Amino acid sequence: MEFPGLYDYWIVVALMMAGLYIVIARRNLVKQMVGLGIFQSSVFIFYIAMGKVEGGTAPILTEGATAYSNPLPHVLILTAIVVGVATLALGLALIVRINEAYGTIEEDEIHEKEAQQ
Amino acid sequence: MTITVVMVVRLHNLFAVVMLGGIYSLLAATMFVLFDAVDVAFTEAAVGAGVSTVLLLGALALTSREEKDTGKLAVIPLIIVITVGIALIYGTLDMPLYGDPNAPIHVHVAPYYLERGMVETSVPNIVTAVLASYRGFDTLGEVCVVFTAGIGVLMLLSRERLTRRYRGVGGDKR
Repeated sequence: MEFPGLYDYWIVVALMMAGLYIVIARRNLVKQMVGLGIFQSSVFIFYIAMGKVEGGTAPILTEGATAYSNPLPHVLILTAIVVGVATLALGLALIVRINEAYGTIEEDEIHEKEAQQ
Repeated sequence: MTITVVMVVRLHNLFAVVMLGGIYSLLAATMFVLFDAVDVAFTEAAVGAGVSTVLLLGALALTSREEKDTGKLAVIPLIIVITVGIALIYGTLDMPLYGDPNAPIHVHVAPYYLERGMVETSVPNIVTAVLASYRGFDTLGEVCVVFTAGIGVLMLLSRERLTRRYRGVGGDKR
């Protein structure tokens, strides 16, 4: 990571926008979940990038280390990753149910079948 | 990493999309190692690349494998996305530079944990000390969230089996 300045944040923005595009534009429910995951982990990368200190090491106390990266974002993101998987599981269970009720996981077809009833 | 994401947007085979999602998580984990967050990297590699991929594959097995090809590029979402992206990049211009030790985030409560963590909890890994000791209640809340999600998944997936047994059609499928 020899690029200085705000380069990392711009990568995060690019990834986040790709995830957002998938969520808005794609009509397949499983793909939307993947897009949501991409959006989520771009936020994680953003937090972790903020916690980095120049010349620091991982926040495990050892002899000879002078600077440590900020441990606080790491804690927050550890929690967020696990909660993210829980929500992913719940969303996928909903998708499986929708597939059983409508026989499809495409949003358009679901709307069509809704209109017919 | 960006290439992987672009391929996720373009591809229509959901199996490939899920696999690329796993690769993306693994790349994110290596990125976390570069940013000194080893604990987060472990979790992301195990949970993000492992468990999420398995869950998504399970969902694919129960639904369908192919995405319907809409063929055209969605214009309005693209405009929205580009606008939001430009706004966000404009927002980053005010951010402290990457790795700056004097950024506001590093001068508030983190130095306290780094100085007193060993004395108060005698755990050398500060991330563990904060997670389990200082912010233990938050972790308890996290466990509650995961538990609730688990109940939700079980209710959603077992309902269908119960009704089917009630109607006397299929038997135990799983």
